[in-house]
Amino acid sequence: MPKAPQAQVASIIPFSWVDGPGNRFVLFLQGCNFNCLVCHNPHTIPLHTPRANEMSVQEVLIEIRSAMPYISGITVSGGEATVQHEFVLELFKEIKKRSEFEHLTTMIDSNGNAPQEVWDLLAPYTDGVMLDLKALDDASHIELTGSSNTVVLESIKYLDSINKLYEVRLLLVPGHNDSDEELITTALWLKKVNPNMKITINAFKTHGVRASAREWPEVSDRDLVRYHSIID
Amino acid sequence: MTSLQDIRAVVTDPKFTYRQRVSALAQLAENLLDPPAVRKQCSDALTNRIICDMYEGHAPYRPRYLLPDYKKVLVNGSSFLEIPPAKDLDDALAFLLIIYSSTPSITGYPVYFGDLDSLLLPYIEGVTDEDLYSKLKRFWISLDRMFPDAFAHTNLSPVYNRVSKMIFKLERELLQVVPNISLKVDPVLTSDEYILDAVKTVFECGKPHFINDVMMKSDLGENYAAVSCYNSLKIGGGAHTLVRINLKATVEAGCGGVESFFEATLPYYLDLTAELMESRIIYLVEESHFFESSWLVTEGLLDLDKFSAMFGIFGLAEAVDILMQQEGIEGTYGHSIAADDLGYRITSFIADWVSKRKMPYCEGNDGYAFLHSQSGIDLDIGVTAGTRIPIGTEPPLIAHLKTVARHHHLFQSGISDVLSFDETAVKNPQAVVDVIRGAFKSGMRDFTFNLDSNDFIRITGYLVRKSDLAKMPAARHGSTFLGAGSVADSHVDQRNVKRVTSAESSPSSSS
Repeated sequence: MPKAPQAQVASIIPFSWVDGPGNRFVLFLQGCNFNCLVCHNPHTIPLHTPRANEMSVQEVLIEIRSAMPYISGITVSGGEATVQHEFVLELFKEIKKRSEFEHLTTMIDSNGNAPQEVWDLLAPYTDGVMLDLKALDDASHIELTGSSNTVVLESIKYLDSINKLYEVRLLLVPGHNDSDEELITTALWLKKVNPNMKITINAFKTHGVRASAREWPEVSDRDLVRYHSIID
Repeated sequence: MTSLQDIRAVVTDPKFTYRQRVSALAQLAENLLDPPAVRKQCSDALTNRIICDMYEGHAPYRPRYLLPDYKKVLVNGSSFLEIPPAKDLDDALAFLLIIYSSTPSITGYPVYFGDLDSLLLPYIEGVTDEDLYSKLKRFWISLDRMFPDAFAHTNLSPVYNRVSKMIFKLERELLQVVPNISLKVDPVLTSDEYILDAVKTVFECGKPHFINDVMMKSDLGENYAAVSCYNSLKIGGGAHTLVRINLKATVEAGCGGVESFFEATLPYYLDLTAELMESRIIYLVEESHFFESSWLVTEGLLDLDKFSAMFGIFGLAEAVDILMQQEGIEGTYGHSIAADDLGYRITSFIADWVSKRKMPYCEGNDGYAFLHSQSGIDLDIGVTAGTRIPIGTEPPLIAHLKTVARHHHLFQSGISDVLSFDETAVKNPQAVVDVIRGAFKSGMRDFTFNLDSNDFIRITGYLVRKSDLAKMPAARHGSTFLGAGSVADSHVDQRNVKRVTSAESSPSSSS
């Protein structure tokens, strides 16, 4: 019998109102395969750190049970959720197979940097993916994340084609990926994938980011109005 | 005792409207009489405010809360008021205003306007949305201007309908303090769409309050309503009186330690609370002749057999914390399992005690009082309302819910917790719906939530507008001017004339 997967857990929030539809239990897994300058939780980037807790699926289920009557579902975030996809798979399988959890939806908050095989494994037990797109332009993407966006763009197309893409989130950073031209190109690309694509905007804030990005300007109210006028 | 000086102060104080002045003078006159007789230990406990009669007045001549069955007049007409049965929406709205104006209560204004959607639904067939809007709007403005009291309360039934939808629309448009509103939520009958409409209304004006229809019906029967500051009672009945026990002061009056509290101090003061209630009920029913003379009784809108009385508690949080200290155990209410367990032991003890103490003229609850978690009055400084967690020390929402939810089933006549939600709720109202449904699933009876971003703030249970508060002079203590009708408060000399009162439980100058 294979060893039951253990997760490296960065933290748990029993109630979140910003990680998908309704009130959600959010599991933040440790470890990310991007190294974003603008990451709001840089301590979750390394996979192994003494700050993380090791938890089994059953231990996570106990935590979920205590929030159960109040939540619409569970969201696995990170770090990058798909880095520990074996664990996510086992967790979601348990949730989908037990009647006590039948009203819960399962969602993944991802940077999109996972191959199709991973999505194929997770898709039968996942109701939707919220996917971050840091930049459509690959050079900007490499500058912001340290990696190419080829896999991310493939993930967007693939998840949309199998009806598992809940929304695409744009983290907009003034002066880095928020010019009118970039926003228009990005919106057009996304709408070409799916004209009804749900796109949300996350405004860059310096809170929590590492020193190198701490002096970058935050998104102003005027920026936000401009973003929405283009994206919506 | 009322003094001439007290009377002169009310007559000459420019800060009162005419009606507020008349009401204050009436209370001063009432308090010239001796209060109903009780033993010395009872009056001592009252003087020391270990027990509290909510400053209802020395000579109860109307029940504290009454919930007339207004439907009877709409259907049958009233000979006392000389009105025929209502034949259309215009009749219904006009007649209701007439009835309210003849409905007494402890505040002088009705605490219950009826379940207005249910009352009006039979009269809206053939009425266009446009007409419904303009007629209901005029009526809604009338309620706020004619009955300017934050405790005047309507309820909405669990099934979404044209009237309830229009009421929420008007609420968001008019942003009035009156009427207070409670929405009866059934897990099946009440749709997400309806609760979402209600939640969006809360974002604008702090209303409605949410109540667990299933739990209420199983305790109070089909015909109940939440009135005033979230007192749930039988329609056609009400509560003769509300007397409350200050659990913090009770602990302080004892000789220390948990066991002596349960064995001696608590039962002693519970007994005095019951004695005070009993004396007031007997005076009301046997001396004042209310139930023989009021048109509401003679025409069947009220029935003595549907009345009970309310046994209130408050200050649980402080009582628990002091007892924990006395026992040398770490932990405070809302933050420790041991403290929360002790809190529950106290409320369970009291619920059991009250359920075994016969109370006269309380056939509305088979001869017993209803237990109530009392949401406080403006004088309660340093004592937390009911079974709530002290303001400012509330733990995260999930822990908050878990601390308070377990008490709710014990308090048939209401408990009214206030939950604070942050701004992210506005973008995700479905999350609020989830919390509301979850709260009821986990056994909560009724609660309200506060969102910082609108103009309304809930004080102990009633609403005031921040923009009204901003008009008040800054010199006075917050909790003082929040009980804006306080006749006795020495700081009121700086108060502006306020049209809307929130004066359910303010002391008279002579108490």
